[in-house]
Amino acid sequence: MSAQAPRLTIASVTGVEVDLRIAGPGSRSYAFTIDWHIRLILAVCWFFIGTFAFTRSFSLQVGERGGSTYAFTVLVPAFAIYLLYHPILEVIMHGRTPGKRMAGVRVVTRTGDVPTAGALLVRNLFRIVDSLPVFYVVGLACVVFTQQHTRIGDLAAGTLLVFDTAESDDSLASLTVPTANTFNPATAELGRELLDRWAQLAPEARSHLARQLLSRANPALSSAELEQETTDQLRARVQRFVAGEA
Amino acid sequence: MSDTGLKHWFGSRIEKWRQLGARLDELERRRLPSADEAIEAIDLYRALGRDLSIARRVMPNTRVTRVLEQRFAKLHTIIYRKPHNWRARMRSLFRDEIPSVFAELKIPLQWIGLLLALSTAAGWWLVTTYPELIGLMASEEMISGVEKGHLWTEGMLNVMPSSIVSVGILTNNIVVSLTAFCLGIFFGLGTFYIISLNGLMLGAMMAFTHQHGLAGELLKFITAHGVVELSVICVSGAAGVMLGESLIRPRYATRRESFQIAAGKTSRVLLMCALLLIGCGFIEGYLSPDPDFPMINRVVVGFGYFMVMIGAFTGRLFGRSSQAYPGQIRP
Repeated sequence: MSAQAPRLTIASVTGVEVDLRIAGPGSRSYAFTIDWHIRLILAVCWFFIGTFAFTRSFSLQVGERGGSTYAFTVLVPAFAIYLLYHPILEVIMHGRTPGKRMAGVRVVTRTGDVPTAGALLVRNLFRIVDSLPVFYVVGLACVVFTQQHTRIGDLAAGTLLVFDTAESDDSLASLTVPTANTFNPATAELGRELLDRWAQLAPEARSHLARQLLSRANPALSSAELEQETTDQLRARVQRFVAGEA
Repeated sequence: MSDTGLKHWFGSRIEKWRQLGARLDELERRRLPSADEAIEAIDLYRALGRDLSIARRVMPNTRVTRVLEQRFAKLHTIIYRKPHNWRARMRSLFRDEIPSVFAELKIPLQWIGLLLALSTAAGWWLVTTYPELIGLMASEEMISGVEKGHLWTEGMLNVMPSSIVSVGILTNNIVVSLTAFCLGIFFGLGTFYIISLNGLMLGAMMAFTHQHGLAGELLKFITAHGVVELSVICVSGAAGVMLGESLIRPRYATRRESFQIAAGKTSRVLLMCALLLIGCGFIEGYLSPDPDFPMINRVVVGFGYFMVMIGAFTGRLFGRSSQAYPGQIRP
């Protein structure tokens, strides 16, 4: 099995391919777990608040006071929240749910488009099969063993779950107009990534990467000179290059 | 590209890329964009395609390239999304698409009808021959009630209001119907199982009530809703069979494609099934358990609702002419 996530590549009229990274079992399970908690909490809250409004106490004995009004204002909506959470939200949010949004994934068709309401309903209808026999065993097995990590609902609806992580506008916000003194844009990008990951890297690794980057950006810098600099000095030098102050 | 050229290109694009995010969000929110907005989107698409192509070449695997890829994918989705016209979509669905799929389901429907009839007969025969088998089909409470000469439907309205009974019944029927369809994925065997089980239980209950002289009461109870209810479950079963058949005998290049097209087509019929079962649920909750509701009225309701079902599945209820050509349905 390839270590790299499978991709959905769509040809466009511009000749530039649209490349979408397909979400695997981990991202899917993560999104589902968040959604499951949200819908459970919402349904349970609705049930308890509604019951409290009827009984005016913390008792669950609704008795004769409830009747059909209780059933239609408390029980039916609570079940509806739990059971219809996915289909309704996916249709309204164009293939996303709060859980999917948090996990950075969304549902698309095999041509990369937003699925139609019909496709999203079919996708959710087949949860009946995917959830068999318990805890989505069939669906999960299908996701693990299919090339594009699709469950049966996705196969039926012709949909895929792809990554939709907003790489964040920060990546563009931090860009500066290059000057004669700055790195070229590609090297500057590497510099920015290195600075962002600085704290997570081991001291030897970050020093090594900073030296490599600096010597590549400015061949005039001797390796001996760079070897003598401390980690903080190297960091400051990379920052100056990225900002065009070098 | 030379270093200077690259820097110049990069410097000239930064501000445009920054503004793109907010503009794309605006375009995504507009469900009915103007012609100017559509042209703007296409121009952006071309420009962004060029930028992305250069970025992929000169600075591959960087965050800027990834952001551009995301923006390009988002713009692609915006440009290629289908126009929203719910009214026209619904009209086409109910008037043309559902009737066309229903026409394709006629042969599986006959087989499923036969299976239901055979399993009902089998249920009848089993309980007539081995009366103790009713214990496998019905609850103790139901059995003791019938043995005392009371149908379980008697006094149903004294226990729960009609509205709750209706919702409970229609939910159960819709679940049975959807399950009969979905289990068709197991090469149709799951559908056969659900239909046979329902037929077996129906036959068994009919035989059991007949043994205790309550067959007339049961018939009276089911007349108003039963015909449509069983017919709709058969239609769902036929849709499930079509799903199974798409895997056994794929009509398209791959089984996956064949299954996807069959699921997309047949699920449209299920929408109509669910709507009809909602009606059945209300009839079963409000009219069928009412002992004062005369038999002739039950027959009229049952027959009338059956005609509504035929009209809905053939599209005539929605203005489809009888000569309409059963057009090919989009997958």
